[in-house]
Amino acid sequence: MTSLKVVLAGVEMENPTMLASGIMGETGGSLLAMAKGGAGALVTKSIGSVPRQGHKNPTLVELEYGYMNAMGLPNPGIEAFGDEMYEAAKAGVPIVGSVFGSSAEEFAILARRMQEYGAEAVELNLSCPHAKGYGMEMGVDPDVVANIIKEVKQAVVIPVFAKLTPNTHKLIDVARAAEGAGVDAIVAINTLKAMKIDVDARQPVLSNRYGGLSGPAVRGVGVRCVYELYEALKIPVIGVGGIEDWRSALEYMMAGAVAVQIGSGVGRRGPQVFGDICAGISDYMNKNGIRDITQLVGVAHD
Amino acid sequence: MTERFMVTQTMVTIASRTEEADGVVTLRFDWDAPASPGQFIMVWIPGVDEVPMSLSYLGDRKGITVKNIGDATKALTSMQVGDRIIVRGPYGRGYHVPPGRILVVGGGTGMASLLPAMERISATDVHTAIGARNEKELLFEERSKKTSSNVRVSTDDGSKGFHGNAVQLAKEMMSETKYDMVLGCGPEKMLFFLHKLCLENGIPCQMSLERYMKCGGGLCGSCAIDGKRVCREGPVFSGDELKSMKEFGKQRRDECGGRLKL
Repeated sequence: MTSLKVVLAGVEMENPTMLASGIMGETGGSLLAMAKGGAGALVTKSIGSVPRQGHKNPTLVELEYGYMNAMGLPNPGIEAFGDEMYEAAKAGVPIVGSVFGSSAEEFAILARRMQEYGAEAVELNLSCPHAKGYGMEMGVDPDVVANIIKEVKQAVVIPVFAKLTPNTHKLIDVARAAEGAGVDAIVAINTLKAMKIDVDARQPVLSNRYGGLSGPAVRGVGVRCVYELYEALKIPVIGVGGIEDWRSALEYMMAGAVAVQIGSGVGRRGPQVFGDICAGISDYMNKNGIRDITQLVGVAHD
Repeated sequence: MTERFMVTQTMVTIASRTEEADGVVTLRFDWDAPASPGQFIMVWIPGVDEVPMSLSYLGDRKGITVKNIGDATKALTSMQVGDRIIVRGPYGRGYHVPPGRILVVGGGTGMASLLPAMERISATDVHTAIGARNEKELLFEERSKKTSSNVRVSTDDGSKGFHGNAVQLAKEMMSETKYDMVLGCGPEKMLFFLHKLCLENGIPCQMSLERYMKCGGGLCGSCAIDGKRVCREGPVFSGDELKSMKEFGKQRRDECGGRLKL
C-alpha cells in the first residue's frame, strides 16, 4: 500500500495536492467543492482588511498554455470571511488562510484572525504582481519580508508560509531572509508579470494592463525556482506553477517540493484534477516500488 | 469530465441591430464558433467593460440580446451596424432537451437564452409562457410562435395577455397540459417559484442562473453558487441540482464576494 500522506511544517495532509490561492477560494462552498475533488489542503483566496472589488473586467485572458489574469485581489474582507471559513471547515481537510496587507502590522492582524477562524496555517501573499501597494511590491525586498514575517510569527502559533514571486533576481535572498525571520515554509511561485495586447483593439486586454501569467507556460520557471530554493533552504518548499497532471506534480516534488499547489489546473482540468494527480502518483509509486511519497522529494538533486 | 482548453478572443463586427422592446436591443454578428443552446459569451467593449451575455442566436450569424441596465449594456445597446466588439467563449453548460412536450418559461430577457433551445429541438411539442412587466417590455412573442404550438403571454400590469406573473401563467398551463420538461430563464425569484411549482407537479426542469461574474473561464470563483461555478457547471442547472442548492433563490454575491440576500 502506498502512502501519499505528507506533514508540511506540522500540518498533516492526506495527500500533497493543495488548492492554490486565488482559484475557487472565495466562498466556503467552492472550497468544499475543491476538497471533494480530492485536494489534501485548501488555500483560501487572499483576504485583506476590508472588502475589495478588484480590477474591472477584462480580468482574464485564456492562452494555449495557460492564463493571464489581473483580478486585483477581490475579496469580501476579513470580517465577512469568517462565515466562509466556518463553512469550509466542513471539508475536513486543512485550510490555509491566505492574507495580504500593506504593512507588517496589517499582515499580523489578518493572520491572527485567520487563526481564530480555524486556519491550520497562514499563507502570506508577498507576490501578487497586479495590485498596487500589495503583494510583489513588498515581496521583492528581503528586509521588508523579514520584518513582516517576524511580526506575523509573534501574532500566531500556527505555521506561517510565505508565497514568493519569481519576478525578481533576488528570490533566494528573499527566501533566506524569510527563513531567518522564522517562516515555516516557502511557497513558490506566484504568477509571472505579463501583458497581452489585442492587435484588433490595439490595446492591452486586461483593464489593469499588467497581469500574471500562470499555467503550463510557467512550469519550467517554477520548477527551477523550487530546485534552487531546496538547495538554499532548510525549511520545506511548496511548489506551484503549471501543475495539472501527476507528471508535473512529481517534477516539482523531485525538485524538492514537499507539497504542490494547483490553481490554473482547476480551470483547465476541473476540480477532479487533485484526485487525478493522486491516482497517477500512486500508480507511479506502485510501479517503481515506492511506499512513501516523501522518498521522492528532492531526488532530482545530486 | 475533460474540460476545454483554449478559448481565444475574436473581434466581430455588428451586422444588424434590432430594437426588440423598450431598452432591449439584439446585435447580430458573424462568428462561426460552435455553440449550444443556453451557452454564453464574454463580450468586451474596449475601454468600457467585459460582461457575460447569453447567446440569443446560434449558427454562423450569432446574436446577443441586451437590456440597458449599466455601463456595459448601455454601450452595447447604443452600438450601430459596423461597430465592433471582442468576444470569447462560448462558455458553460446549456440546456439538454429530451423529446416530448416541453414548457418554456421566460421572464424579462430570459427568452434570449431559451429561444436557441426551442429552435434546436425537433419533433417536440413546445409551449411557451413569456412574462413581462408590461406590454412594452414584452420580448420575442413572434419569434416564439415559429417553434411553439402554443405561446401565451403574462404581464404584471395586465396590459397584455394573462394578468399576473409567468409562474402563475405556467401553473395554469400545467393544469391544462401534461409536460415532460420545463425550461426556465429569468429573474431568480421567478425561477425559484417555478422550480417549486415543477417539484409540486413532479415535472423535471432545467433553469439558467445568473451571478456576478468576473473571469468567465472557471477560475476565479466569483460566480459560485453552493460551490458550483455558474460559468462552468452552469449556467443551466437541472431541477435536482437546484434542489440541493442552499443559495438558489436566497443569496447572491457582490463584486467583493460578500453575501447578499436575493
